[in-house]
Amino acid sequence: MSKLKLIIHREFIAKVRNKSFLIMTFLSPVLIVVMGVLVVFLMKKNDEKVKEIVYVDASGLFTKENFKNSKTVKYQDYTALGLTETKKKVENGDFYGVLYIPKKDSLELLAKSIEFYSSDSPGMSLMNGLENRVETHLRNLKLTHFEIDLMQIKASEIASNIKMFNFSGEESSKLINGLKIAVGAIAGYLLMMFVMIYGTSVMRSVIEEKTSRIIEIIVSSVKPFQLMLGKIIGNASAGLLQFFIWGILLFVISIIASAVFGIDMVEMQASKIPQDQLNAAKEAVNPDKLQLILQEILRLPILKLFVLFIFYFLGGFFLYSSLFAAVGAAVDNETDTQQFMLPIMAPLVLGLYVGFATVMNDPHGPIATIFSILPFTSPIVMLMRVPFGVSWFELAISMALLIVTFVFMVWLAAKIYRVGILMYGKKPTYKDLYKWIKYKG
Amino acid sequence: MDNLLEIKNVVKTYGDFTALNNVSLTIPKGSVFGLLGPNGAGKTSLIRIINQITMQDAGDVYFDGKLLAPNDVEHIGYMPEERGLYKSMKVGEQALYLAQLKGLSKSEAKKRLKYWFDKFDISAWWDKKIEELSKGMAQKVQFIVTVMHKPKLLIFDEPFSGFDPINAQLIAKEILQLRDEGATIIFSTHRMESVEEMCDYIALIDQSNKILEGKLDDIKRAFRTNTFQVGVATSNLKEVEERLRQLYKVSTADFKIINEGLKLNITLKEGENPNDLLSFLTSQGHVQHFVELVPDANEIFMQAVNKNI
Repeated sequence: MSKLKLIIHREFIAKVRNKSFLIMTFLSPVLIVVMGVLVVFLMKKNDEKVKEIVYVDASGLFTKENFKNSKTVKYQDYTALGLTETKKKVENGDFYGVLYIPKKDSLELLAKSIEFYSSDSPGMSLMNGLENRVETHLRNLKLTHFEIDLMQIKASEIASNIKMFNFSGEESSKLINGLKIAVGAIAGYLLMMFVMIYGTSVMRSVIEEKTSRIIEIIVSSVKPFQLMLGKIIGNASAGLLQFFIWGILLFVISIIASAVFGIDMVEMQASKIPQDQLNAAKEAVNPDKLQLILQEILRLPILKLFVLFIFYFLGGFFLYSSLFAAVGAAVDNETDTQQFMLPIMAPLVLGLYVGFATVMNDPHGPIATIFSILPFTSPIVMLMRVPFGVSWFELAISMALLIVTFVFMVWLAAKIYRVGILMYGKKPTYKDLYKWIKYKG
Repeated sequence: MDNLLEIKNVVKTYGDFTALNNVSLTIPKGSVFGLLGPNGAGKTSLIRIINQITMQDAGDVYFDGKLLAPNDVEHIGYMPEERGLYKSMKVGEQALYLAQLKGLSKSEAKKRLKYWFDKFDISAWWDKKIEELSKGMAQKVQFIVTVMHKPKLLIFDEPFSGFDPINAQLIAKEILQLRDEGATIIFSTHRMESVEEMCDYIALIDQSNKILEGKLDDIKRAFRTNTFQVGVATSNLKEVEERLRQLYKVSTADFKIINEGLKLNITLKEGENPNDLLSFLTSQGHVQHFVELVPDANEIFMQAVNKNI
């Protein structure tokens, strides 16, 4: 047992002292935050740039009331100048673009014949804004035409916000649903990244021992299985360490960054949400709502999530890194690994896709449930489901299956590993691997 | 009779290929045992079984009187033919790590490493990485990590490859000293001159079978053909040669002596006394050269392998 400890210690130290580990650990959170801040900063700058748009209204149906200036767009009436002249002005760069509303017999026809000219192709949000304005006004015109009182329509508008409960009495909201999706997706994605990065690191370490030929000296002192296990545990510890450091760093840096740049975090998050959700999020910015969000976050099963993340990370990592170790043992150099990498990567990527595709729409649907129980995808998919609340029964099956599978895979991989580390010169095929598994002792 | 290692009827197969076919060996305590054989004969397979890197399919290995057990690795030091150390790890750290894997405590390992590093005058390398050392330097480190836990059994696979003659001499001296201090040494090589120089016992493995085993002297005796190389300075060359050809089986020999004369290889028949030959030669002229042709390890190796084909 103490030999295993020695190996774990060496692998851990070798990994942690590596320059790329240090850079990855301390630089990437800084980079992520800096990039985030930069994006928000640039978006803010972008929004501050005001676009000047002129309109030529041949129909005479629109008034200045319909084209009120907004924060980012200023409107001017150039109907008097006519379309041709106005277009020239736009071409000269005096204005961003010109909206042309022709004269038509019916509102329906008019709605389809409105044109916009500009030198650059306009962004989605600008066009949406313009279409909104036109549509609203034309609808109002139609309503008046049907002799419907606009005031009544306005008064009849009512917003419904269905509160969602589950049977453990937790209240949820759309906002927290979004949060759950985000948290689940980030956890699943992180897990996949960690498994891939540290799995290949196990593989590299095996190949290094093989090519440097120290392997024969080591296995004359310890069992190959101990060595493989030590490698996997050592790398997993390094991975967990990195994860913790990232967590702490991200927390600290984002606090500092938000203080320095004066960008509050809610706005930063809001900027990533599409236009139509923006209003809802903006509403949320007032202090009461902010407190609510914090409450909602705190109400997420954070401890459960954390513990399960660690469990599924370790389970998934053991499962996959034993395969990576077997591949590393089978080949002589890294270029030969490719043929064996695909079957390892495929379930990982599948897990991520299934997670993104199904869990978000229907976290408890059959596909999400099945994939969160199947051992090769369960670490990713289950983590994505956990924020939505998964029954203990399903969790227990998923965890038990994962444990059984990783024990089996570690055992199987050890058989390939044991033979492979002493084989040189030949690029093995799957048939060879199968033969190795059958070797005795 | 005190044997450190007894290998009894060991069989090892890889799929359809038989690497060791019922091989038995006895390695006496305190000896230098030469394990010889052409490439692919099965030497490495046998060494790996002794090191418990792989398991035999059949047969038993006894270490110091008992069946070989996992803990015995602490009493075995192994220097494989393909040398290897962690390239990016520091020399000292690496040696400590390997020593601890062999069961030494950290403080004990440090003490012994200091002794060896001082002995080889390489203390300055402690904080260097292996990749910064030359091949010969790395070999020295490799030797130290093989022997530092004072194993009862030392296995060297081609120990002198990669060493210049001076360092090879140094290592040979150290190996013999370790033997004198009580270690038993298995020495796998194709370099026959070092076998001659160092081994007390040899075994020859060819095509998965042991074809020869015993004391080097005994084997040499068994392989000798009672042939003598003689050089005689005489006035009547032809006459003497004619007489000799009548008496013995004679062939011409080629070697250098100061005065030119008769140079022959003479093979005695069973029961004939070399003294008679010598007295005859003395009566015919001035004997300048009289040597029994004892086969060297190389010739034994070639003969045995050729016979086995």
